[in-house]
Amino acid sequence: MRKTLKTWFDSGTPWIWLNAGAVSLSLIMVFGLLIMIAVRGMSHFWPAQVLEFDYTIASKFSQRIAGEINDTVEVSLENLRNSGIELGKEIQQNSQWVTRHLIKTGNRDVLGSDFRWVLAPYMSNEHFPQDIIVLERSEWGNLYGYLKAIKQNGQIVSENSSAWTDLSPRLDRVKNIQEQIRDIEKHKIGEINYELEQLRLKKRGLELDKNNEPEILSQIKSSEDTFKQQFGVLQSELAKLYQGINRDKLVVEIMDGKHIEIPFAKIVRAYKPNDMSFIQRIGVYLSRAWEFVSDDPREANTEGGIFPAIFGTVMMVIIMSILVTPFGVVTAVYMHEYAKQGPVIRTIRIAVNNLAGVPSIVYGIFGLGFFVYFLGGNIDQLFFPEALPAPTFGTPGILWSSLTLAILTVPVVIVATEEGLSRIPRAIREGSLALGATKAETLWRTVLPMATPAMMTGLILAVARAAGEVAPLMLVGVVKLAPSLPLDGNFPFLHLERKFMHLGFHIYDVGFQSPNVEAARPLVYATALLLVIIIVILNLAAIWIRNNLREKYKAVEN
Amino acid sequence: MENSDNSVSSTPSSFRQPKQIHQRIRKLKDKAARYAIALGGISVIITIVLIFFYLLYVVMPMFSGARIHPVATYSTGDNAGKNRSHSLYIAMEEQAEIALKVTDKGDIEFFKTTDGKLINKENLALEGNTITSIAASEVNQSVLALGLSNGHALVIKHEYKVTYNDDDTRVISPFITYPMGEQSIELDEQQKKILKLAIQEGEDAIVMAAATEDKRLTLITFTKESSMLADKVNFEREQTELLYPESNIDFLLIDKEKRVLYTASKEGRVTVYDISEPTEPEIIESILVTQSSETTITTFDFLAGDISLLIGTSNGKISQWFPVRDKSNKEQLAKVRSFQSESGITKVSPEYFRKGFFVANTKGEIVIYHTTANRTLLTSSVTDNKINQLAVSPRGNALLVQDDSGTFHFYSVENEHPEISWSALWGKVWYESYQEPDYVWQSSSASNDFEPKFSLIPITFGTIKAAFYAMLIAIPVSIMGAIFTAHFMAPRMRSVVKPSIEIMEALPTVILGFLAGLWLAPILENHLPGIFTFLLIAPLGILIFAFMWQQLPHQIKMFIPDGWQAALLIPVIIALGFVSFSVSPLIEQFFFGGDVRSWLSNEMGIPFDQRNSLVVGLAMGFAVIPTIFSITEDAIFSVPKHLVNGSLALGATQWQTLLKVVLLTASPGIFSAVMIGFGRAVGETMIVLMATGNTPVMDFSIFQGMRTLAANIAVEMPESEVDSTHYRVLFLAALVLFVFTFFFNTIAEIIRQRLRTKYSSL
Repeated sequence: MRKTLKTWFDSGTPWIWLNAGAVSLSLIMVFGLLIMIAVRGMSHFWPAQVLEFDYTIASKFSQRIAGEINDTVEVSLENLRNSGIELGKEIQQNSQWVTRHLIKTGNRDVLGSDFRWVLAPYMSNEHFPQDIIVLERSEWGNLYGYLKAIKQNGQIVSENSSAWTDLSPRLDRVKNIQEQIRDIEKHKIGEINYELEQLRLKKRGLELDKNNEPEILSQIKSSEDTFKQQFGVLQSELAKLYQGINRDKLVVEIMDGKHIEIPFAKIVRAYKPNDMSFIQRIGVYLSRAWEFVSDDPREANTEGGIFPAIFGTVMMVIIMSILVTPFGVVTAVYMHEYAKQGPVIRTIRIAVNNLAGVPSIVYGIFGLGFFVYFLGGNIDQLFFPEALPAPTFGTPGILWSSLTLAILTVPVVIVATEEGLSRIPRAIREGSLALGATKAETLWRTVLPMATPAMMTGLILAVARAAGEVAPLMLVGVVKLAPSLPLDGNFPFLHLERKFMHLGFHIYDVGFQSPNVEAARPLVYATALLLVIIIVILNLAAIWIRNNLREKYKAVEN
Repeated sequence: MENSDNSVSSTPSSFRQPKQIHQRIRKLKDKAARYAIALGGISVIITIVLIFFYLLYVVMPMFSGARIHPVATYSTGDNAGKNRSHSLYIAMEEQAEIALKVTDKGDIEFFKTTDGKLINKENLALEGNTITSIAASEVNQSVLALGLSNGHALVIKHEYKVTYNDDDTRVISPFITYPMGEQSIELDEQQKKILKLAIQEGEDAIVMAAATEDKRLTLITFTKESSMLADKVNFEREQTELLYPESNIDFLLIDKEKRVLYTASKEGRVTVYDISEPTEPEIIESILVTQSSETTITTFDFLAGDISLLIGTSNGKISQWFPVRDKSNKEQLAKVRSFQSESGITKVSPEYFRKGFFVANTKGEIVIYHTTANRTLLTSSVTDNKINQLAVSPRGNALLVQDDSGTFHFYSVENEHPEISWSALWGKVWYESYQEPDYVWQSSSASNDFEPKFSLIPITFGTIKAAFYAMLIAIPVSIMGAIFTAHFMAPRMRSVVKPSIEIMEALPTVILGFLAGLWLAPILENHLPGIFTFLLIAPLGILIFAFMWQQLPHQIKMFIPDGWQAALLIPVIIALGFVSFSVSPLIEQFFFGGDVRSWLSNEMGIPFDQRNSLVVGLAMGFAVIPTIFSITEDAIFSVPKHLVNGSLALGATQWQTLLKVVLLTASPGIFSAVMIGFGRAVGETMIVLMATGNTPVMDFSIFQGMRTLAANIAVEMPESEVDSTHYRVLFLAALVLFVFTFFFNTIAEIIRQRLRTKYSSL
């Protein structure tokens, strides 16, 4: 059935193919995006090999460089010349292109930056040295170099190869002390500070009430003194721990031959990237991945973990769900079961539908103006006058964020629930009423249980939307670094007025506001991957529930 | 009841009693549920409506005019008799608690604004001379110069010390200092009467200009020389004779930068001197500012910032002039705008920090204007007499008026947002130091002289531009994709494709924005020809592949049945993409000299931003595709099957059926899908925030960025002061977004509902 071009065009088949092309393009874009985020996000934790080479620019100036190859691009010579880079004879002048690598050299404290571009023709003597080590540090990023010695109290205790075996027990010891320090600093001292602040507020409250009963005041004074005493004890304990933690130091030779000393306390992880088995690599990979989801961020969020952001997101979404579910469901039930169906309710239904399309930033600005400044400001005046002028609720916080997102997502829940309610056959309702049940009983016992999956769908979609929403949160409560989680061991445990961190905002902040974007990029991909996974799972769950629901009602109708 | 009492043994009564209660409780519960649910439902609906009204509530105060409330009326000092003194100058301090009056007798009186009670009175040492002229420096300096009949001048400064009592009450004590000594200084060596005087004090110098009765104009600069040993400041005097203008000097002004001197005559001749080099002053221009010979100039003042002149005339017209560079780069005074008051202007008092001013006229009216907003905020009659003196408090919240009879009227002023008007928000505004009227958004201030510029046009334009490029990419891909998915695709493939594209809708936009800004933008910058090559060869390549596929023998074609073309094309498109990006460097080398960016900016004059509209269009297009796709697909898929079958049975091809039957029926649905997609693109924040430079430029170039309403709110809201004009303008931006998207969505929704009823009737 061969066709000529003309008849083929006349049949319209080419246009069908073009339409098919649009679908393919969309699919490539969706899956390409997901795959790219997955690959980049997951490779972040993999311990890459470290390349060492000599770098001679235009046969004049030679230096030794070691680092991970992060990126490789072809650039035109024209471009290089325009940006004023000297082109030596190693670069073939007749070719128009030259390969350029982005090397992560680390050692920011010495070199000034983590990355540098190198031109491939200038590189020579490339090899992967077996005993080069990578030190992940809590400050200044990674360090690449050769382990020379370990010093204890300034005395060398082991050198060269024996140093490597000596390293890990000492690192464990330091980790152990760090754990204790963190426990004291974060929990115990944090608790005391919190209590002292509460006492201060209490005192101020009494002052405002013009109540100066000496009994209460002396009570406050005495508990203040006890806390201060406890604080003193902890301080001396800390000082001892700090002494212990600073006992050991590493001596590392970096690429220019300089020896530098690194205290163990600054080391997060140490490994030999070129001398590891596959299993060991997986070990490092998993340990880094675990650090990512369970630890606090370091270095202006560009390294370390994102635990506070995960926690903040989950917390906010939970509070939002608690707010949005009852109200959304009640509204849907009212609109579908109780309200008189007429032009008014039809208008409201259209309005509710449309609200889902109103830009989220509008909700954000509403939340800031109405919740934070108006409601929060008045709550402060009424209930927290002792803390003023420092605002308690009159400032962005997790409660206002949750409320704002609840309003933003309530249309989703209403629409989904109403759809569920309208799918329930009339016969079921009528049957219940005919058996003498009241309307409320019918609703409670038969209609609502049947609509539960629809409500679940609505809620899941709402949660998925809330988890990914950033713009309104930037106005009503998200910060780049929250000093404390909204949930902790201090009464009343849940601190709704606190600011919090959020995965989506973390992406924006680290990707665009951090001073070291290049170094932070892999971490942003990893964060994005985590967020995408959460949202895709939630959406798939919603789709799955919706499909099951349809099957179920088909069964009921028959 | 009786019956049940009698038959004690019968069970029903004891049985019925609890049952009745039970019934009642059930009824009660039912009712309670009804009310609770109604309450809950209605309250949520009200909350939703509240959003709109709250936004409106925040925005409204911007458009209400100014209000003044009378506080007190009184007279001070000796106002009676032939010998009464006249005020030459009045002013108020920061808190508007204390006012100052300088009389022609050389008395300086400080009195309470609320009741006229005298606080402090000082008599200047005039040594038998009379005051012939008075000049005030820029308002924040609070320096006054009094010109005397013997060619001398006396320079004084009124200052206020604020102290707090034990009970935290504020006490303001006024006093006078003499920056140049308590003795008057000689300005004119010939000791002629000083008719007009101007003064400006700066950190390093005091500049004065004096016009004497024998028609001489002198510029005197006193350079400060502070010696290390003594606290005393010495002045080095420098004097230059200026060319006397061709007309009289009735008004004399020096700007606070001490660069320009203006003289004006009653007849309307304004002469401008450049005095930036005090030793070599020169006349820049001399122009006539009145149109007819009957009107005379009655007031001649600077607007806050000392750039604009406010010229009031006897027929009630007041006009704003400032220097504008013309084509030959020469500065010339230009009349920018004018206001009309009911009767002749007697006094003009500019606000201290805003570009508004207060005007008093012969009818005893006070009028409040704002220059850039081109707005008359208030006209109010305060006295039956002519108003002689007028003072505005530095914060612009109080007004002191002295009328012809010497009586003072003190008013409090409510004037929160004078700088906003319909024309300031949506029209071209001629700002100071701009060459022509323009749309400008520039909200943050660097100095006090700076005037925030709130034109919503550039950011509205940016919003539309971003949405336009997004739709340019999204509409073809999504609608064509939806057509294929709904009409041609095999059901099994459809059950995978539809959810996966819908999941794309849920993808957080912050991730898209991040990828667009940090991944896509550099790629596009380096492979610019590649993307355009792809746009060109992708459709071509698909057609060629399709034709070749058509020519293949049946046996091979059987492997891929109809409806799976999309799957077949995936590798083809990937290959085409790969090809276009690998030829991109070659094209760049061959046609653009190795660097498209420099070619664009050098050869074509098109500036290239890395984060440009193309990036936003692609990223936001990506975000909008699923929205449009999903609604369009629904609309096409739910076209009743008998219509399609009927058309096919009559011999139409699949394609003809689609064009003539399916698309025609579903077109309202497709339209509403586009509307909803457009609404989403307009309100999208994160993508635009991250993928553009956020500069509010008005340029439709695809290689430049923009700032949108939503991104603007996200950027500026955190740093905006609550209830300030800026804050309210941002709320207005949000309101505009809200109304805009709500409107489009409502249209789309109504169309969809109509379509649904149409389908069900078919």
